[in-house]
Formats: sequence, structure tokens, C-alpha cells
Amino acid sequence: MASSIPASVPADAVELVADARGGAGARRTRRLVLAGSAFVLALIIVAAAAPWLAPQDPTRQSLRARLKAPTLEAADGRAHLLGTDHLGRDVLSRMLWGARVSLLVGFAAVGVGGLVGAGLGIIAGYREGWADTIIMTIADAQLAFPFILLAIGIIAVLGPSFPTLIVVIGLSGWMSYARVLRSQVLVLRSREFVDAIHALGGSMPRVIARHILPNVLSSLVVIATLELARSIVLEATLSFLGLGVQPPTPSWGGMVQEGREYLDSAWWISTAPGVLLMVTSLAVSRTGDWLRDLLDPTLRGE
Amino acid sequence: MHGRGPAAPASSMRSLVTFLGTRLLRALVALWLVSTVVFVVMRLSGDPVPLLLPPDAPRSEYARVARELGLDRPLPVQYAVFIGNVLRGDFGRSLHFREPAMQVVVGYLPATLELGLTAFVLAVLVAVPVGLLSAVKRNSLLDQAAMGVALVGQSAPTFFLGILFILLLSLQAGWLPTSGRGGWEHLVLPALTLGAFTMASIARLTRSSVLEVLRQDYVRTARAKGLSEILVVAKHTFRNAAVPILTITGLQFGTLLGGAVVTETVFAWPGIGRLAIQSIYSRDYPVVQAVVFLSALLFIVLNFFIDVVYGLLDPRIRAR
Repeated sequence: MASSIPASVPADAVELVADARGGAGARRTRRLVLAGSAFVLALIIVAAAAPWLAPQDPTRQSLRARLKAPTLEAADGRAHLLGTDHLGRDVLSRMLWGARVSLLVGFAAVGVGGLVGAGLGIIAGYREGWADTIIMTIADAQLAFPFILLAIGIIAVLGPSFPTLIVVIGLSGWMSYARVLRSQVLVLRSREFVDAIHALGGSMPRVIARHILPNVLSSLVVIATLELARSIVLEATLSFLGLGVQPPTPSWGGMVQEGREYLDSAWWISTAPGVLLMVTSLAVSRTGDWLRDLLDPTLRGE
Repeated sequence: MHGRGPAAPASSMRSLVTFLGTRLLRALVALWLVSTVVFVVMRLSGDPVPLLLPPDAPRSEYARVARELGLDRPLPVQYAVFIGNVLRGDFGRSLHFREPAMQVVVGYLPATLELGLTAFVLAVLVAVPVGLLSAVKRNSLLDQAAMGVALVGQSAPTFFLGILFILLLSLQAGWLPTSGRGGWEHLVLPALTLGAFTMASIARLTRSSVLEVLRQDYVRTARAKGLSEILVVAKHTFRNAAVPILTITGLQFGTLLGGAVVTETVFAWPGIGRLAIQSIYSRDYPVVQAVVFLSALLFIVLNFFIDVVYGLLDPRIRAR
């Protein structure tokens, strides 16, 4: 728990100590973070360039090319590197377009959760008293509940759409930002420089914007990265259950679902997007772990 | 526990009661929040009456049903009635099964509990020995392989893990059935899928807790006394590493209930998770509500008992 940071040690000092102590270790961690970030960046580029990169229109059906196995040979001038699905659509093209959905929903959800969570966490830490009690009670209640059930109920009733999906996934993860920010704000608040600013007539929003936010930025980045992995997996899971992105828009979870019936004869339909999802989830969450080791070891165990 | 001083029994008792009181209050607040969210979402969903009526029903019929459901009354009254019904476990009648929604859900519960319990036991039985071994043989090939698998297991999406198991172990190898409920062989793949995340988490946590304890002075003392390594681990290490393992283990059991939705859908396992998804498709909202509420109740009751056990085991926790 982050409340275990000694009050006298600011986060940046911890970071310096960690760097100085593990010279070789820190260098290795930094390289791993770079590799992970490179993967995410590559995925973003692929997603953004999907219309140009994808060999074919992801929604173009072809009855003659149904359930074709992955091949390098191009029968009609078009090679299906990862085969085709039950409607004759090119799996690779759909996967590339699916990356857009995953990243779009993932980043947007992280934005929603981060704004709500960071805002409430800062208020709880700065204000204390009843605001703190209410916010943290709700956070605890939500943490103590398998949110996917509630998410399923909400989406079932409101109907699946991009905004609903983004808000529901975003709100499913606001608590981790709130808890960490609250405890860090509590620690920072008690330090002399904040008192000094108050004494000099600095207002609360100013103190938060100029002095507290920069101090908690590294924690925010770490949590956001871990949340990104969680959001991408949750979106894929909901799409798999038919509650997320709706066909014909290609999404990784939806593709795995569509390929389920053909696992025996056409394994590639489910496996290709599934493996990419698994790799993405692992890469992003490991990057989050390494970032944490590098920037903010006190977050461990959150 | 080592390092525990003798505490005055009376104050210890009082702190335990306070601790349990806070936890109970928190559990009740959580339940109230869940039911309120369910109420709000149901009201956001629009008019439920057309779902209950044939499309050519006259307006008088519409008004009658609306009155019957209490929809003509002010919102606060509707909310009070809803909370009253929730307290009695009354979520209305299932539109599909034509019996009380809660009764339907309770009928599907045993399958979910069977799957959840098996997954949980399997996860603990595999994860604790693996984690322990990993810690004792730190940085060995075994340790690195086990922790690598655990990392993948922790970040792999449950639904795709299930699909992979079906593809590799059922369809390719032909060892186990792909879906349905029956003998033990039907249980293996769903339990493995559902338990994978839990297994990975417990294995990693066991390893780190044991490593933590191995660093303590009393372990060094035990070694210095000339105790064999097996005795050091068995007598002095594992018992002290057990408390954090126990807590996370309990919490994980609750998470399994959430994962059941996905796993049951992948393996066509006839439990409440699959029932929830099917009810969503048939717009059978009373059943969806009942599932959400019953799982919340199970989860919260379970967490409460874990807290109680934890509070009894480790007096330090009560001070928080």
C-alpha cells in the first residue's frame, strides 16, 4: 500500500535511490520499458495505418473464399496470410482493423477512468472529512465486487455502443487511481512546502495543479499503463460475449467468438486475433510492471 | 505468529468487535450500492411495459400493467418498494421461465458453485507447492519456467485461454470433452480455465511471501541452529508466509464468481453466469437482476467471512 511511504521521502527521491542502488538492474528495466513502449507504439501505428496496411477490405465477403487456410499463395492476386473466416473475409485485415477498436476503446476508457479516479482521489486526499469517507466507501464497495457482472447488466440494459462501452470500462477502473492519488496527496499535503504556499496565499486548485499533480505524475503513468492492459482485455471479453463492439465492425474479441464454431476445421479464425490479444495484454501489463519498478517502486502491491 | 506480544484480553476483544462492526457496515453499504445501481440502470433502460405485453394490446391494458408494476407512482416510492422487494429476495417473475426470477437463479447456482469450488481447489493445490518450490529453488530453471507461465496466466484473457484449451486438449489431442456438464472429465478444462488467473496469482504471491520470510532473522537463527533446510521451510517459513497467502486466496475465490460468466459461456456450462448472458439475449431482465444481486451477496458475504478469519488470525490487522 502506498501509505507505507515515509512522509519525509518524496517520490522523486525514492526514484533516485532506486536508480543509484540497482545500476545494472535499473538499466535492464529501462531497456525493457523501452521495448514494451516500442511494442505499444508499433501497435498504435498499425492501428492508425490499418486502412493502408490491411491487404483487403475487412468487411468484404467472398463466398468462394470461405474458410481458406493461411497461405502465402495468391490465387486471385490476393494472398490470405492468415486465412479467411466463415464469410470469406481476410483474417489479417480484420485483425489490423480490430487493433483500432481495441486501442480506441482502451485509451478512451483509461482517459475516463483516469479523470474520474484522479479527480476523486485528489479531492478525497485534499479535503479529507466526509468527502473522503464517501469517495473511499464507494471505491471499496466497487473493489469488493466482480465488476464484470455489473458491467454486463448495465450494457445489457443500455445496449452496446462505443460511448457506453468506454464509460463502463473506464468507470470499472477508477478506484486504483483514486486510492493511490489519495494517499499520495495525503502525504504531500502534510509537507511544509504546501503549508508555505498556503501561507503565501496560493489557492487550492493552484497547489494541486502546480505542485501536487507533477509529484504524482509518475504514479499516474504506471496505473494508466496497467489499466490500459485491463481495459483492452475487458473490451475483448465483452465483445466476445456479444456485449461489446457489434458486428460487422471487426474486434479481436468478436473475431474469437465468430471463429468458435469453426475451431475444428478453421482454427486460425479464433487463434490469430486471440494470440495477438494475449501478446498485447502481456506486453502492456509487463511494461506497466517495469515502469512501476523504474518510476515508483512504492506502488508495488497496489 | 512471531513477534506478537501478549495483549490485554479485554482491549483485544473490543478492537475485534469494532473491526467486525466496521466490516459488517461496509458489507451492507456495498450491497445497498449494488441494488441502487441496479435500480437506476433499470429505470434508465426505458419502459419495461411493452416487453410484457403483446404488441397489439389496448391502452387500458398498458395502464393496468403499469399500475401493477407500480410505475405510475413517484420515483422515490418506486425506489422504496424496490429496496423492500430486494430485501425479500423478490425480483419479479422471469419472462422466459415463468417462475420467480430468484428461484430460477438458485436452481442454476449448484453448477456454478461446483465449477468455482473445483477451480479454486485445483488452483490452490497446484499454486502453493509451485510457489513454495520456486522460492526455495530461487532463480533455478524451474523457478523461471514456473514464474514465466504464471505471468502469462495472469495476463491471458480468460475466454481465449478457454478457447485454446478446447482447441489443443479437446479437438487436437482428443483428451477431454469440449463442453457441457457431466462426469469429472467435463470439469477439467472449465476448472483449469476459470482457475488459471487465481493459480498464477497465488503461485506468485506464495513465492514472494516465502522469499520475504526466508530473509527474516529467525529463519537465519533456525539455520544457524543447524536445522535442515526442509525443517526450516516447513516449520519456520511456511506458517509465517501463510497469512498473506490465505487473504489473497480468499479474495480470489470471489473473483472466480465474476470469471464464471466467461468460462461458463465458453464451455456451455449450465450455471448462473451462462444464465445471465442468455437472459440478456432474451431480454429477461428480472433474471439478470437476480443474478447480479445474488452474486453480489455471495461475494460480499464471502469477503466478510474472510475478513473475520483474517482478523482472528492476525491481531495487527484490527488496528487499521
